[in-house]
Amino acid sequence: MYLDYAIRRFGIMLLVFALAVSINFALPRLTPGDPVEQQLNQLVSTSSGSVGDVKAIVDSYRARFGLDQPVWRQYFDYWGMVLRFDLGFSLANYPERVSESIAGAMPWTLGLLGMATLISFAIGTLMGGLLAWPRAPRWLGWFAAPFLVLSAIPYFLIGVILLFVGAIVYRVFPAGGGFPFDMTPGFNWATVGGILWHATLPALSIVLAQIGSWAIGMRGMLVSVLGEDYIMLAEAKGLTQRRIFLWYAVRNALLPQITKLALTLGHLVSGAILVEVIFSYPGMGYRLYQAIQSKDFFVIQGIVLVLSISIAVTMFVLDLLYPLIDPRITNKRN
Amino acid sequence: MSGPVLEVADLSVRYRTPVGPAYAVDGIGFNLMPRERMGLVGESGSGKSTTVLALMRMIRPPGEISAGHVRLEGRDVLALSEEDLRRTRFARMSLVPQGAMSSLNPVLPIGAQFADLFAAHDIDPDDGHVAGLLSRVGLPPAVAARFPHELSGGMKQRVCIALAIALTPAVILADEPTSALDVVVQKQVLATLGRVQQDIGAAIILIGHDMALMAHFVDRIGVMYAGRLVETGPVKTVFRSPTHPYTKLLIGALPSLTARRAFQGIPGVPPSLTERPPGCPFQTRCPIAEARCRIEAPAPRPVGSDHLVACHLVGPA
Ligand SMILES: Nc1ncnc2c1ncn2[C@@H]1O[C@H](COP(=O)(O)OP(=O)(O)OP(=O)(O)O)[C@@H](O)[C@H]1O
Ligand SMILES: [Mg+2]
Repeated sequence: MYLDYAIRRFGIMLLVFALAVSINFALPRLTPGDPVEQQLNQLVSTSSGSVGDVKAIVDSYRARFGLDQPVWRQYFDYWGMVLRFDLGFSLANYPERVSESIAGAMPWTLGLLGMATLISFAIGTLMGGLLAWPRAPRWLGWFAAPFLVLSAIPYFLIGVILLFVGAIVYRVFPAGGGFPFDMTPGFNWATVGGILWHATLPALSIVLAQIGSWAIGMRGMLVSVLGEDYIMLAEAKGLTQRRIFLWYAVRNALLPQITKLALTLGHLVSGAILVEVIFSYPGMGYRLYQAIQSKDFFVIQGIVLVLSISIAVTMFVLDLLYPLIDPRITNKRN
Repeated sequence: MSGPVLEVADLSVRYRTPVGPAYAVDGIGFNLMPRERMGLVGESGSGKSTTVLALMRMIRPPGEISAGHVRLEGRDVLALSEEDLRRTRFARMSLVPQGAMSSLNPVLPIGAQFADLFAAHDIDPDDGHVAGLLSRVGLPPAVAARFPHELSGGMKQRVCIALAIALTPAVILADEPTSALDVVVQKQVLATLGRVQQDIGAAIILIGHDMALMAHFVDRIGVMYAGRLVETGPVKTVFRSPTHPYTKLLIGALPSLTARRAFQGIPGVPPSLTERPPGCPFQTRCPIAEARCRIEAPAPRPVGSDHLVACHLVGPA
């Protein structure tokens, strides 16, 4: 039964994937005129010479995409390229490949935003659960209050404040970048330390901004779960408070939180562009920002494709995990 | 012969509400003998569930037990420490909840919900123990591996009964254990409850609306009205000669096969639990109320052997 379910979900993921690739294929072809040539010409006129050999790029572009071929042929070729993760060249940094550009930026985003999101999820969820628990210690309310307030402030504002205080007024943390300029990255503690040191402020701005909203969501869910009959019976059974809290209350209140987590992770890159921009962090968001600024068409297209695929994949992983946290899910017919 | 297994005296529960305290249970008292089956009836809102929760000491804010004593096997339940109370629950006094459909944790398989009961009471059950409990309530052992949503309502109710007898308590409190089931399953589940209750030698308090079903099951019956116990007595006596005016109307309202007539309710509504006008709570609906009933609240008085009635206007039989 679980296998049927997993296969169905996998099918849906493939469908989303195919749709994303197709839209990505169609969009530039629906644009009137030749966007590439237009942009290249524009680039040449604004930044004399720095673009590289315009003619060479245009030629390679035409050959690669075989624009003289029939559309169905182009479509299949495009699929072939996508499957080989060949997304063309960066127009602004020719001859850098879009795939290289994305591959270089991806780990930074996953590391910074992924970790920050997971940390705030874990702390916020636990905090929210305890806030709703009648037997939790009193001081917790005082401890949590600042986070609830911070959740009302947009994360990029917190980022700007942290940057100002931590890097400009007190100069404790670097003002930008992913690791020290004068360092050759390698597998050693100095590298790890440098990376963490640079990640502190951007990560903190996300964590501070998000803990409160995780806590508020969890508190609301837990309050409604506490009114359920199974909590009453659990208490009547004489279970320990710890068992009731973790396995009856939190376990049941977690489901919507997990959904929210998956959605947040799926939109990781687009969700925190501003943080990466504020801290010049070399991740996908910053790369996308640069690409948009320089009208680097293929990089934008590539990042958008990777984004849609990553959302489809997270949703698939989430679908696989759902039945494990809520056994009622597989039974639902859809 | 030993004394009562459960003694309740002057038990009161009030809920804090915006318009003042609501006395959901108002000074009730009764004794429950070992192995005895006692029924508690009364219309919706009369305080039956609140009584049961108070006996388990599970009234939550804004409610509180404002007065009274509950003695279970001689121990004062209301004075137990948190930890002793936790260990007493289900081990000495268990509960079959009113909403059995939703009383099982949806994310844990049935077996785990037995396992945590045993673990909480430091019991290390033998391998076949859960299967044995399930078979006693007429369920196959495979149920242990199922999740609640995979069971029918009747099966969930049986699981709740199996949980309630798992630690062989002295008292089982069953709050309308069959109200969500169809008539046939109702009878089966009630029969099961009666059988296992006798097997383990527990006393039982059964709450219900269905007077006929009740009459077949219990030895003694208590009638609640607006948080008070207005009449208690052996079920045969109460059915044959109901004495409190409310009981009379309640039993008179039962449909009868022999005399077909328009369905008769009891006119009027129960009094507000917050205002608590002086005198008898039933005065507004009582066909025989007099001046005295509006001044003085009647205390339960014996009117026959083991038969108590809280009414000024009925004398000893
Ligand atoms: N949390 C609460 N706050 C305020 N009043 C409450 C609360 N819980 C119960 N009550 C009141 O207590 C009274 C008794 O309720 P209880 O649930 O004990 O009735 P019951 O006899 O079990 O009814 P039913 O047959 O419908 O189950 C009702 O008037 C109800 O409004
Ligand atoms: Mg009730």
